[in-house]
Amino acid sequence: MTWFSRPKRYTKLGRTQPPEAEPPKKKDIPEGVMTKCPSCGQLLYTKNLEENNNSVCYLCDYHFRIDARRRLALLVDAGSFVETDAGLVSADPLRFLDYARKVEATRRKTGLADAVICGVGEIRGRRAVVSVSDFNFMGGSMGSVVGEKVTRALEHALEAKLPAVSVSAGGGGARMHEGMLSLMQMAKTSAAAGRLKEAGIPFISIFTDPTMGGVAASYASLGDVLIAEPGAMIGFAGPRVIEQTIHRRLPEGFQRAEFLLEHGMLDMICHRSELKDTVAELLDLLWYARAALAAARAEAAKLRPRNDDVIHLPKPAAGG
Amino acid sequence: MRYDFERPLKELEDQLERITLYARNNDINMEAEIASLREKLADRLREICAGLTSYQRIQLARHLDRPNMMDYLERIAEDFVELHGDRAFRDDHAITAGLGKIDGLPVALLGHQKGHDTKENLECNFGMAHPEGFRKARRVMELADRFGLPIITFIDAAGAYPGDQAEERGQALVIAENLQAMAAMKVPIIACVTGEGGSGGALAIGVANRVLIFENAYYAVCTPEACASIILKDGSKAPEMVDNMRILARDLLEMGLVDEVMPEPLGGAHRDPDAAAATLKEAVLRHLRELLALSPEELREDRHRRFRRMGVFQETGR
Repeated sequence: MTWFSRPKRYTKLGRTQPPEAEPPKKKDIPEGVMTKCPSCGQLLYTKNLEENNNSVCYLCDYHFRIDARRRLALLVDAGSFVETDAGLVSADPLRFLDYARKVEATRRKTGLADAVICGVGEIRGRRAVVSVSDFNFMGGSMGSVVGEKVTRALEHALEAKLPAVSVSAGGGGARMHEGMLSLMQMAKTSAAAGRLKEAGIPFISIFTDPTMGGVAASYASLGDVLIAEPGAMIGFAGPRVIEQTIHRRLPEGFQRAEFLLEHGMLDMICHRSELKDTVAELLDLLWYARAALAAARAEAAKLRPRNDDVIHLPKPAAGG
Repeated sequence: MRYDFERPLKELEDQLERITLYARNNDINMEAEIASLREKLADRLREICAGLTSYQRIQLARHLDRPNMMDYLERIAEDFVELHGDRAFRDDHAITAGLGKIDGLPVALLGHQKGHDTKENLECNFGMAHPEGFRKARRVMELADRFGLPIITFIDAAGAYPGDQAEERGQALVIAENLQAMAAMKVPIIACVTGEGGSGGALAIGVANRVLIFENAYYAVCTPEACASIILKDGSKAPEMVDNMRILARDLLEMGLVDEVMPEPLGGAHRDPDAAAATLKEAVLRHLRELLALSPEELREDRHRRFRRMGVFQETGR
């Protein structure tokens, strides 16, 4: 493996072409023991895939979608995460078809209150407010609960002067079932991110597959640094809608992370195995390492009278 | 790669290589011979350098082997995280930008990216940025400004890219916006002209509190070739133009347009990139530590005054 060597300067467009895989023989394999890679078609040992390779295909580097809890385990130091606003649940404000029943069923199935988990944790020892969305909960879509939790997380970062980190996986965008209230979560979360920016507190946003629509068009795109996992689908309108609109087939790799990087929309693409270290390093550079600058400032201030003549500022009048 | 004036070195270098190899292969101690050859080589280099014409210095500034942005980053920065894209149109490979540390201090580092061969240069367009490149630079500088991180820029390109698409996307406008944005920033900015300081494309990342330049680098309103073709209607007369233009490091220092000329290793930065990087790092840190004494407001004022005083004229009192 060479993932620890110096990263390539430029990430090339397009996904790695999967190696020609032999068609797997039909055999009686117990459910869940093997997982098929949707990219290269290879059968992978689920246990090996999840425990040893962060759910990244060890043949073609395809990044499987992972749920919020596994994401937290990969990103945040063990035992450091304290969840906030765990009690916020959806209220079905529009009495929309079978929404209430669907939410209830999804909650039972996933064990999640809604599509995002927020809290405070440490990433390689650097404290940050962390929010992580979960694609399994109605496609990670943003309704009132997700909007409110993300906003509260960003507000908490502002008050506590802690950097914010969000991992988004909002394939559903704004949640249809809550109508206009969902749309307004875009404005609400974006305004909160704006306040953080004004206050000069870092916000690192990580796109995972897929982040579309209202999530991509609000807080997720407003980070000081935007990171995506390889191959993540990121965009506003979905490819089907675009094709129906322009009556053309879209090129291979359209709206994938590599496409966005080339088009200037991302700061970097980061392999899952390097994500935690990269985020930690960024937290350091943007926030925690500034202690060194403060120390250097204090040192410089002591020398200042001697240096005044080399600075372009006017010298103080004699005796003044 | 080798220029005419570097040719006399070839024989000595080949000889040195042969002897070193011979000594190693046959396990013979030939230290004395090697040392004497090295001495000869250095003498020859000193001789050549003493007799360099102005245009030959320009050629050194453009040397294909001259250390580029990445070469310097690898040598002076720790924990460098590259940031891509202008968040609007494209990631311009002509500009490398990111965050890193220099001697433990977190800073933003950005500059023109040149390559060492044709393949690399096609990828990074010889460091000549399109509007999206300058926007990327500004975006990263604004990020640094917001978090109080000092900015260090590396200038090394013949200019902003003079192409049709660059014009369509507002090359002039983008450069102007960069000048204004940099002037207003409240963090220390240090610009280092490491090779070619080409016109607006250089100034677009060059509105700094301190401007440092390498001995064999130049900083000009346009390339000598462009100047010769505009004024003399003949681009090939560029060598005669250089002295008139006064674009070499020592001229710029004399005119107060740069703050320090950094000496290069004998024969040019490409002959010893490590030494050149060490010089650069020392100078940057020295200036940075001075500038850190200033408050954010003072830093902005200092930069404003630095450029406000530039210009030479007579006032006739009429």
